[in-house]
Amino acid sequence: MSLCALASAGACPAVAVTPAPPASVPAGAVAGHVHSVETCGSVDGPGLRFVVFLAGCPMRCVYCHNPDTQSRANATVRTAAEVVRDALRYRNFIRNGGITVSGGEPLMQPAFVRAIFEEAKAAGLHTALDTSGCLGDLADDTLLEATDLVLLDIKSWEPDLYRSVTGVSLEPTLRFARRLEAKGVPAWIRFVLVPGITDGEENIRGLARYVAGLGNIERVEILPFHKMGEPKYQALGLPCKLTDIPAATEADVARARCLFAAEGVAAE
Amino acid sequence: MIFFDKRSVFHTKRGLMAKTISYPKALNKGTPCDSRGASAWHGFAPGTWQARIDVRDFIQQNYTPYAGDASFLRGPTTRTDALWNIVKDLLRKEIEAGGVLDADTKTVSKVDSHGPGYIRKELESVVGLQTDAPLKRGMLPYGGARIAQKALEAHGRQMDAATADIFAKHRKTHNDGVFDAYTAEIRAARSAGIVTGLPDGYGRGRIIGDYRRVALYGVDRLIAERKEEHTAGDNEPFSEEWVRAREEMQDQIRALEALKRMAAGYGFDISGPARNAREAVQWTYFGYLGAVKDQNGAAMSFGRTSTFFDIYIERDLTEGTLTEESAQELIDHLVMKMRIVRFIRTPDYDALFSGDPTWVTESIGGMGEDGRTLVTRSSFRFLHTLYNLGPAPEPNLTVLWSQGLPQGFKDFCAKVSIETSAIQYESDDLMRGYWGDDYGIACCVSAMRIGKQMQFFGARANLAKALLYAINGGRDEISGKQVAPPAEPFAGEYLEYDDLVRRFDKTQDWLAATYVKALNIIHYMHDRYCPEHIMMALHDRKILRTLACGIAGLSVAADALSAVKHARVRVIRNDDGLAVNYEVEGDYPAYGNNDDRVDSIAQDLVKGFMDKLRAQPTYRGAVATQSVLTITSNVVYGQKTGPTPDGRKAGEPFAPGANPMHGRDRHGAVASMASVAKLPYGESQDGISYTFSIVPKALGRRDEDRVENLRGLLDGYFAEGGHHINVNVFDRETLIDAMDHPERYPQLTLRVSGYAVNFIKLTREQQKDVIERTFHELC
Repeated sequence: MSLCALASAGACPAVAVTPAPPASVPAGAVAGHVHSVETCGSVDGPGLRFVVFLAGCPMRCVYCHNPDTQSRANATVRTAAEVVRDALRYRNFIRNGGITVSGGEPLMQPAFVRAIFEEAKAAGLHTALDTSGCLGDLADDTLLEATDLVLLDIKSWEPDLYRSVTGVSLEPTLRFARRLEAKGVPAWIRFVLVPGITDGEENIRGLARYVAGLGNIERVEILPFHKMGEPKYQALGLPCKLTDIPAATEADVARARCLFAAEGVAAE
Repeated sequence: MIFFDKRSVFHTKRGLMAKTISYPKALNKGTPCDSRGASAWHGFAPGTWQARIDVRDFIQQNYTPYAGDASFLRGPTTRTDALWNIVKDLLRKEIEAGGVLDADTKTVSKVDSHGPGYIRKELESVVGLQTDAPLKRGMLPYGGARIAQKALEAHGRQMDAATADIFAKHRKTHNDGVFDAYTAEIRAARSAGIVTGLPDGYGRGRIIGDYRRVALYGVDRLIAERKEEHTAGDNEPFSEEWVRAREEMQDQIRALEALKRMAAGYGFDISGPARNAREAVQWTYFGYLGAVKDQNGAAMSFGRTSTFFDIYIERDLTEGTLTEESAQELIDHLVMKMRIVRFIRTPDYDALFSGDPTWVTESIGGMGEDGRTLVTRSSFRFLHTLYNLGPAPEPNLTVLWSQGLPQGFKDFCAKVSIETSAIQYESDDLMRGYWGDDYGIACCVSAMRIGKQMQFFGARANLAKALLYAINGGRDEISGKQVAPPAEPFAGEYLEYDDLVRRFDKTQDWLAATYVKALNIIHYMHDRYCPEHIMMALHDRKILRTLACGIAGLSVAADALSAVKHARVRVIRNDDGLAVNYEVEGDYPAYGNNDDRVDSIAQDLVKGFMDKLRAQPTYRGAVATQSVLTITSNVVYGQKTGPTPDGRKAGEPFAPGANPMHGRDRHGAVASMASVAKLPYGESQDGISYTFSIVPKALGRRDEDRVENLRGLLDGYFAEGGHHINVNVFDRETLIDAMDHPERYPQLTLRVSGYAVNFIKLTREQQKDVIERTFHELC
């Protein structure tokens, strides 16, 4: 899943968004930076899914569990056609699921995502976009028309908390959420529960109230913060900032679920 | 498709035979009557099954497919709970006693050797034990008297002196016969472990009697049939096969008479057909019980009975003589009996196949040739025993999976797998084309038409070790002994692919010839000294025999060849010039990642060795097949094999069956499945076993997601052409805890290469191997 979550502080770093290729380039030939693929995703959208992790994220979240996807250093350049051809090798497995594009932040490469989804739709695959929404403005209508589902990570509800932990404004994400609703694109809302940071009662209830007012939400998922990303920091030689944050327990999740339920939202 | 040719010949023979047989007039008159005057077959749709022995036709004419969900199922009755509590207590005592609760040391076990035995007579809806007490193991020395004695000694007992004397002086056994005929080369190959697990000292098993025939026809009809067949062959010209078959038919008739006596001991007259569901289950079980009293076979499978029973259950439910509770009770009580089938075995055997396995395999589900599903409510009832009685390794519940199975059944299977890890799955879509729609699985993965086909079980040859012999000119890498015929060893520093392939091919020629010769000797002697009369009495007179060979170490051999082809492999030799280790320089594509560069090597290995097996002469016209299956013996084969050119260290376990090597399948569950699914079933018709372990979270967040995703994985794997899959859904932590606290996990069951084991009964090495084996984590 993409987790350009809690940026340590300050403004969003300069966003190196890949410029769109000339219109004459056919979708299949559009190339992008791929970090890795997972042939059997079962938690990033409905059914079994071929998950493509794109490289590059504008944020440097303190607890990011995929720090290896933040840069394009080890990425492979592949075309949309290659990516979808690879996915179709698993057609028998993903026929009730589909393809999910995750990251990193996939919307750093909006033209590539659009091309992958157009190719995937042409092959009859269900498409899901896993994003923080902070670059939602870059997803043009053509991209959204080829998107069957958006997995939208809303890291926090209180604007000040959102800004203090992500370094950016909440507004672009909410703007994206409303646009998805207006266009009738189904979405799953995901909320990372980080003990001591995002688990405040009002923060959760506020998010729940907002979600309750959206008409396109199929699921709300509470993702308990875990510490499986720690070894990746060691492997990358990065200072690990996760150490002091405890993993969310089942009791933490149950409490958060109750807070959602109090606002009439059945979160999982 | 050589095999199809053989099959059509077999069909032709059957067709011819059917024309020449006439049936005793008394039996042609119509449906038989019971003592109360009511027809045992009343309400059943007629068909050719009435005129001749044809259980499949009976099922096709009479069963009720079920496309619903599991909501109709009922929990255990108080009788079931009470009885199962007694059995659980006995099972606990068995573990406390060191694995064997009691054993007969005097009476040689036969169909009717023991009087009736009960767990608690008034609670049992299905009766019958192998000896006169539950979990008391019978003594079956015909496979090998010395081994039977060793097995008793291992558990602190001695064979009765008079019985031992008879076997020492008057009665030769299978094991004696085999060693009279073995060649020096076979002995050397056997002790080096390049051919291994051979059934030369124990019962071969893997034969399934059509136990349903006892219920549908009653024993008298089966006896009359055999007598008629015996007479019908009077004028055939002499041949060794002819005279052997004549003698066997008379022995089979005697076995059927013994079966009637055994049942009479329990107060049942099974000379006529079963008249209701309870009798159908009881009669069928008596047939099976006769088999496990008569034979200590490695695998003593049950067949494919659930849909057969369902016909009787449906009739009784309709007539109001049975309720859903009592129908479930019948199945629960049958399954309890299947769970306490026991044989006494040696420590060597247990090291190979730990967990006291009996492979009481019951095949469930599948589709009919007419497109209707063979799933019935009783298919659910069998799986539901895993809830009513809790999980257990036996019976080995095997779901015959098809894309066309009703979704309610698929979902129930997935749910049961997630909650119990006690089911294996095999592709009905693949097997139906070869074996029709009334086959069952013997042991782990071996399909056979019920009552029309048997196999000569052949254990397996060690392909990884054969590769090392190819490099070392036929010398064993551990002992240094010349085992295969001497050839010039490879002398270079770095292994060369084309040269290695050539050498390996020659080694396999020798291996196939030596191996099949050993098997031919074994099965000749088994037929002679330890024949399965009661099981064969429940087969057609003319059957298809397969010679079920097998290979171990497929993924090691494939990766080793891939390493030589795509990386550099340096040979390290000892002072004696023997290649004893290998150093892999660089990366190579490993089997299990859906990478054709190596998956094609694995496919070629399977086909290549099968071609060599096909070229061998076989005993009794058997058709050679092979399996890619190791059961738990992958640990022992690994111990007996030196370092291999894929980087595997000396003694390190092989991957089980057709699995990729531990930790080398790095592209997630479906890439691993896709690689395995590419192995050609047509070249491995005795089955291709794959064990899949996944942590629950990796299947999805919600329970219903997990069910849907497991169903999707199974549909995907089988659509890709996969043959078999064991599904384990476990946290690694649970298994580690069970190693340290076995008392907390008396029923912890998991699937290992074609069968289920009780985890706490595995050796420590096997437990470690299971834990180290690839668990698919969050993908």
